[in-house]
Parts: sequence; C-alpha cells; structure tokens
Amino acid sequence: MATSTESGAGTLPVPPNKRTEARGLKKGLRQLLRSKTGTLGAVIVLIVCLIAIFAPLLATHDPNAVAPIDRLKPPAWLEGGSGDYLLGTDNLGRDIWSRIVYGSQVSLIVGIGAVLVSGAIGAVLGVTAAYYGRWVDAVIMRLADSLLAIPTILLMLVVLAVVGPGMWTLIFVIGATNWVSYARVVRGEVLSLKERDFVKSARMIGARSGRIIFRHILPNVMSSFIVLSGMNVATTIIMEASLSFLGLGITTPDVSWGGMLSDGRQYVATSWWVATFPGMAITITVLGVIFLGDWLRDVLDPRMKLKNG
Amino acid sequence: MGKYLVKSLLQMIPVLLLISLIVFILVRVTGDPVALMLPESATEADRATLTRELGLDLPLYQQYGIFLTNAIQGDFGTSFRYGESALPLVLERLPASFELAFAAMALAVVIAIPLGIWSAVKRNTFIDVFISGISVLGKAMPNFWMGIMLILLFSVMLGWFPVSGRGGLTHLILPAITLGVSLAAQMTRLIRSNMLEILNQDYIRTARSKGIFEMFVIGKHAFRNGLIPVVTIMSLQFTSLIGGTLITETVFAWPGLGQLLVSAVNTHDMAIVQAAVFVIAIFVILMNILTDLVYRLLDPRIKYS
Repeated sequence: MATSTESGAGTLPVPPNKRTEARGLKKGLRQLLRSKTGTLGAVIVLIVCLIAIFAPLLATHDPNAVAPIDRLKPPAWLEGGSGDYLLGTDNLGRDIWSRIVYGSQVSLIVGIGAVLVSGAIGAVLGVTAAYYGRWVDAVIMRLADSLLAIPTILLMLVVLAVVGPGMWTLIFVIGATNWVSYARVVRGEVLSLKERDFVKSARMIGARSGRIIFRHILPNVMSSFIVLSGMNVATTIIMEASLSFLGLGITTPDVSWGGMLSDGRQYVATSWWVATFPGMAITITVLGVIFLGDWLRDVLDPRMKLKNG
Repeated sequence: MGKYLVKSLLQMIPVLLLISLIVFILVRVTGDPVALMLPESATEADRATLTRELGLDLPLYQQYGIFLTNAIQGDFGTSFRYGESALPLVLERLPASFELAFAAMALAVVIAIPLGIWSAVKRNTFIDVFISGISVLGKAMPNFWMGIMLILLFSVMLGWFPVSGRGGLTHLILPAITLGVSLAAQMTRLIRSNMLEILNQDYIRTARSKGIFEMFVIGKHAFRNGLIPVVTIMSLQFTSLIGGTLITETVFAWPGLGQLLVSAVNTHDMAIVQAAVFVIAIFVILMNILTDLVYRLLDPRIKYS
C-alpha cells in the first residue's frame, strides 16, 4: 500500500501502479516461502480448496446415503471397520469421509461468502461515512457502536430463529452482522486518504466523487481490507460450524462439519470417530487460514507486524 | 465521576431502543405469533379473537409502543412451552451461567497472564514459539469440539468427571476448561504484545540499568502497567464469553441462560428469546461501563469526560 500511495502523491492522480504491484506480488511470494507458517497455511488452504472443488471425485459415497445396517462402523484400520468406509460411519450409516469432503464446500462457501458480504457492506458504509462526513458519518458510526454492544452470535440467533436455517441465510446473516470492523477500518483509512495531495488534486481538476472513490481511494484501502478479511474468514468458518452445531445453520442436504459434530456428540461414549474427525477438519482448516492470514498481514501491513512483535 | 456514570447510563437508552426495534421487527413482521400459539385445529374465529387480544390488528407503531411499554415493565409475554412469564424463567437461569462464566474467566486469567508475560520476556525463543503455537491452536479449535473431546477423554475413558449437568465442582471443571482455554488463547496473545510494548519503554531500560533484579523489573515496573490493557482485554472478551457460554452450555447440558436461549430459538419460543436478548444486552452494556470505571481507577491519567 505504501508504494502505491507514494507513487500517487508526487504527480497528478495516478492509480496504483501495475508494475509496483507485480513486483510486490513476487516479493510477497518469496516472503511466503521464507515464512514456515505462511507456507504451511497456504498449503493447507490449497488442499482444502482442492478437496472442495474435486469433492465428487474424492467422495467414496453419497454423503447423504443412509445405510442402517452399517451404522456406527469404526474407521477402516480398527477392528470391525471395513475398507468401504475409510473414517467409519455415523448413526445413520452415512460415510464420514464423504461427508467431511462435502462439508469442506460449505465451510469455504460460507466462510468466503459471508466475508464478501460483510466486506461489501462495511466498505460502502465506511467510505460513505468518511467521504460525506457530518450527520451521515454520525448516523453510520452510532449504528456500528450499537451493533458492537450486542454480541454477534445473539443477533444471529434472533435472526435465524425468525428466518430459519439454511446456507444462503447464514451467509447473509453472518455478513450483515459482521461489517462493523470493516466500516471502522475503511473509514479511518479514507479519512486520512481524503487529505492526501493526490486526492485533493483529483478533486481540483474536477473529478467526480464516484471516480475519486473508485479510482483513487478504494485501491489504496485494499490492503487493510485484505488483511481484515484473512482474519475474518477464520472466525466465520468457526461461526458457521458453531451455528450448525446449535442446529441453526446448515440443514440437509448440505453437509456441515458443525452439524456432524452435533450428531456425533450423542454417540461419543461408544463411537468416538463420529465427532472426532469433523472437529479435526475444522481445526486444521481454521489453522491454515490463520497462518495464511498472519502472513498476509505481515506482507501487506508491516505496521501491524511491528506492533505484534 | 457521578456525572460520567449518569452520562453512560443515559447512553444505554438509544442502544436498548435499537435492540428493541430489531427484536420487534423480526418477531412481529416476519413471524405469525397467532399461528404459533394456536393449535392447528383452531377456527378462523379463534384466530380473530387471539389477534385482537394480542393487539395484532393495531397499526405497527402502536404495537411497538405497547411492546415497549410492556418490555420496560419486564413483561415479555408468556412462554408457550413453559406456560409461565418469560422474564422470571430467564432470570432463574442466570446464576448457573454466571458460575460457568466466572470460573472460565478466572481460569483464563490464571493461564494467560503468566504465559503472556513469559512469552514476551523470552521473546523469539523456543518458549515463545511454543506458547504462541498453543494459543493459535486454542484459537483454531472450536470450543464445542474441545468440549466433546474433553468428555471423551476425562468422562468416558477415564471416568473422572460427569458427562453433563450442573452439580458440585466436578460438574464445573470440564465446561470451565472448555470455555476458559479459548478465552486464554486470545488473552495470551494480547498480553504478550502489550508486555512487549511496555518492555521497550525508557523507564524499563532505566530500571534495568540501575541494576534492579529482572524479576523485580518485570513484576513491579512492567506488570503493573501491563494490568491496564488486561482489563480492556477482559471487557473485549466479554462478548466472546457470552457466545462461548451459549455453546459450552449446550455441549454440557449446563442449565444456564445460553441453553435456555438456544432451545427457545429452536422451538420458536419468542417470549423467551426476547427476554433473554434484553437481559443479555443490558448486562453487556453494564459490564462495559464497569470496565470503563475500573480502567479509570487503574490509570488516573484518564479523565471522566
């Protein structure tokens, strides 16, 4: 971010330079390989994405196929297990491996989808508040303050209680309740960018507000935006799993790791595998996203790295 | 200080109004309370009578006025599942939730303060990396899964603790660990970065150059100032504590407010949902004011403005 604003400050309005961006990307990749946790995070996220994309090829069974005869079969390597069911089956005889494979789709779609929704809402409100100021700013920021006073999960519970569960509802509800951090960060950035020379000169030569916002301000907010999104994807994946665990998130035929855990809880005394594997899937995925997000933060926002030692 | 307190209490009003509006809109506009309250065999006449009795035939703004007046008097309606007034049902669950939340918070502080300080003092050593690794893991692990794994290990396999429910100390240990560890994970990281900031300051260097014992520098000079952010961290974690309590209570069948709320949401028992949301919201706001006060007591430089 620093490079692109500097290149814009000296001359007349110059949008972020493509060449410096490409150089930054290369440098970033080199940095990624140097950071062990960053590499690990990238590999985990890549694997989860591939599993989600190739789910139909990787799954050995229909994730919703019920087989009462084969209910609660242990994993293949244990006594009583069969090679047919790699990670065993749940209380309805559904194949756990196939359900985990398909569950990755839901985790990623909800995780990324909800972050996009909240990012979009937050960016629009943040830019509007900072750019137009005065009462617009006051109203938006008071709304944000009030939302912060209510625990998000509470708000989601109330909305889901009325609207009912479902994947798209979940994306929208998580998105609509999580925009405050984006609005605050974007507003702060825009407030300082607004006073920079390259924005002032753009305004002086008569550029319209829309052009200034989209061409000169938003590209410069991007890096904070990406850093924030990395962290938010991790919390959103856990949030989806939690809500599905409580029975308010994903419903059949979609498969959620959180929902699988909720099924497995009742059988933990006799069949440990039903609850263990989906939990591992969540933990590993979230760990990967956190590592990748931390690396993104270090690369894109060096100030944060200094602060966090 | 009195003035400050009055001001912050007055600031509660718009937030509570907003919450009431959200709850009202969600419940009244999108749901059909009449259909929920009547059996399926009810006639059209029954429906009309109940609609009139509930005031649902009035214009929306009048309905909101009535809803608000009742809410202020603590009347959120009758729970159709329990057949009792909703607010007392919610309030009687509070002690159980407090017990769990307090135990978890205490555990988190006991774990996080020493680990955070240790990690900062031994910055970039194996110990630091190890502690950071554990706290990242604690963040990535969903606490309901950890709860289930603790049940598997300590209740099912070892038989040390009961699987669920509320009773003596043995019932409390597993839920408190489940909730406390996830809080401690965030707290450790925050304490570490705060301590790092403090350890870089001039007065610490001065204390060290005077030849004061390192233990003393850390314990007396650094930690006392490090306490201020800890209070802020605790207040920031308050909302995750409530979210975590909801889930932990469900995992361990702990008879608290969270479990009541989750089951009310699942059964569309809106009276309970409304009462619980209000009680929690008021509580969150009061806690925020309280932490603000503690903050000011710890750091006299902050003025009540």
